[in-house]
Amino acid sequence: MKQLTKNEKLEIIKRHTPKSKTLRNCILAGLIGGTICLVAELSRRLYLYLGVNKDDSTLLASLTIILLSGLATALGFFDRIGRHAGAGTLVPISGFSNSVVSGAIDSQSEGYISGVGIKIFSVAGPVILYATVSGVIYGLIIYIIGGISAVI
Amino acid sequence: MKRLIKLTTPATIRSYSAVGGYEEGRGPLGKSFDHIDEGCLFGKDTWEKAEAEMSRTSLNLALAKASLSHTELDLIVAGDLQNQCVASAIGLSSFGTGYLGIYGACSSCAEGLVIASSLLSQEGGRAAVVTSSHNSAAERQFRMPVEYGGQRTPSAGWTSTAAASFILEAEGSLGEVCISNCLIGRMIDGATTDGSNLGGAMAFAALDSILTYFELSGESASEFDYIVTGDLGKVGSLVLGELLSDALPAAAPRHVDCGNILYGGQCDVHGGASGCGTSAAVLATHFLPKLHSGELSNILFFSTGALMSPSSLLQGESIIGIAHGVKISRTDFLSRERSSGV
Amino acid sequence: MSLVLTFTVGAVCCIIAQLLIDLTALTPAKILVGYVCAGVALFALGIYEPLFEVAGCGISVPLFGFGAAMARGVREAVAESGAIGILTGGLSATAGGITAALFLGFFLSLFFRGREKRM
Repeated sequence: MKQLTKNEKLEIIKRHTPKSKTLRNCILAGLIGGTICLVAELSRRLYLYLGVNKDDSTLLASLTIILLSGLATALGFFDRIGRHAGAGTLVPISGFSNSVVSGAIDSQSEGYISGVGIKIFSVAGPVILYATVSGVIYGLIIYIIGGISAVI
Repeated sequence: MKRLIKLTTPATIRSYSAVGGYEEGRGPLGKSFDHIDEGCLFGKDTWEKAEAEMSRTSLNLALAKASLSHTELDLIVAGDLQNQCVASAIGLSSFGTGYLGIYGACSSCAEGLVIASSLLSQEGGRAAVVTSSHNSAAERQFRMPVEYGGQRTPSAGWTSTAAASFILEAEGSLGEVCISNCLIGRMIDGATTDGSNLGGAMAFAALDSILTYFELSGESASEFDYIVTGDLGKVGSLVLGELLSDALPAAAPRHVDCGNILYGGQCDVHGGASGCGTSAAVLATHFLPKLHSGELSNILFFSTGALMSPSSLLQGESIIGIAHGVKISRTDFLSRERSSGV
Repeated sequence: MSLVLTFTVGAVCCIIAQLLIDLTALTPAKILVGYVCAGVALFALGIYEPLFEVAGCGISVPLFGFGAAMARGVREAVAESGAIGILTGGLSATAGGITAALFLGFFLSLFFRGREKRM
């Protein structure tokens, strides 16, 4: 029997592996992701209209999406939308909310400490960590630049 | 000992059963399952406990079909996908019999049949082979929370929610269907590190086992109705098909894959069905009934396994494939074959 | 600011991520991490705020907004209280979103369980 090399094996697998339907995926991701942003923007304008200040209304708009996505996750239909939307539900804050809520409602069976307490961060944890790390690096840079320009 | 074990006493498949979940129930084999639980919880409150209950239920059903009590079993060989193979242990601990827990990933069904029938051939007695997998338990353990809204790549498989049991005997007169040859698979590097393309990675092991079987047995592929593989899915079947038509052209048209059969066209992914329960359930709901009815008389059944863990993939280790096989035939076919001196 | 721009910018953010998922070996988790880090960078380079003025939630609701809020919090805290702001600014500014998601997750876990996946 002919022995295949690793690269030959990878080549055969690749040849038979179907490509993602990129065009269809992108259209759906754009439509659904754009719509989520639009819903958030409409809610933000509502909060502005109701007299909420600019910063808080932006936060409230994000919270609106977090709440709606969390409920959709708990009621069991977020994954059905996400399967088609792909990055359209992943990239907006809806994906963050889905990852937190899906981790939480999936792990009560291991208890509220070792189950929910840990799994709630299983996908969201890296996002929070690296946002914090980037923030600290940015803070260090502006602090040092600020110090240098004060000296000069 | 050779990798091909020609059993001096073939092991009769006395009875078998399969249980499944919602997707298995609405698939083309749904009506052939002995029990379907659409909620996939089997009366339990967690997916892991549900899988254990599936093993227990399927073994009880198989025993009942053979009018046997659990005290008449000498040995249970069982495997599943949960960490530390625990669904089998928890589900089957109450049977109070000898127990060998095995881990061969999705190759566990054929691995169990190989172990049980070889032991029975030497020692006599009666053994059960039980394998199970549960989609939600596997998602939680290997992938993401079940309500996580990710998109699956086209090559990804769908872990089946299914358990099947087989009661094997070596004593007394041979029943209708028996296992006469066993092939122990080799571990073959599947090259890829892509955990959503297990079928492609396992195809090389399936090829190795199929070629080794025919080389060592001296049999020809044309004697078999089907050469069955476990859960290669569409991608793996295409890879195997290409390799097989070069290496053993007579075998290629006889190849079918359980991963493509279990869900038929309803599966929106090319990986098809996967998991320990897949090849076991398709054997119990599709091939064995056809062997018993006489529609088929001789098949070569391989379960294919992808040996890896989430950690091994993250550490860049490629997937190791394995395929164990058994020859399952009608006894009348086997005696004709033996008297004709083949 | 027009709603059309909100939709378009939001859609483009998602399409870029979809292309990265489909055409590269990057996993969704890596892309999310990449997006929040990129959000910090977009803010630091002064690109985020003009984009927000025209697109609003089109840029703030994708994860860029999370990174940008982190960066803005750090900048304001450093300006106000010096070096200690490097540590206090980021998470204070993003506390609303993180706390809301975590509390919501905990609260929903009291009443809901994951259901089995269907095709």
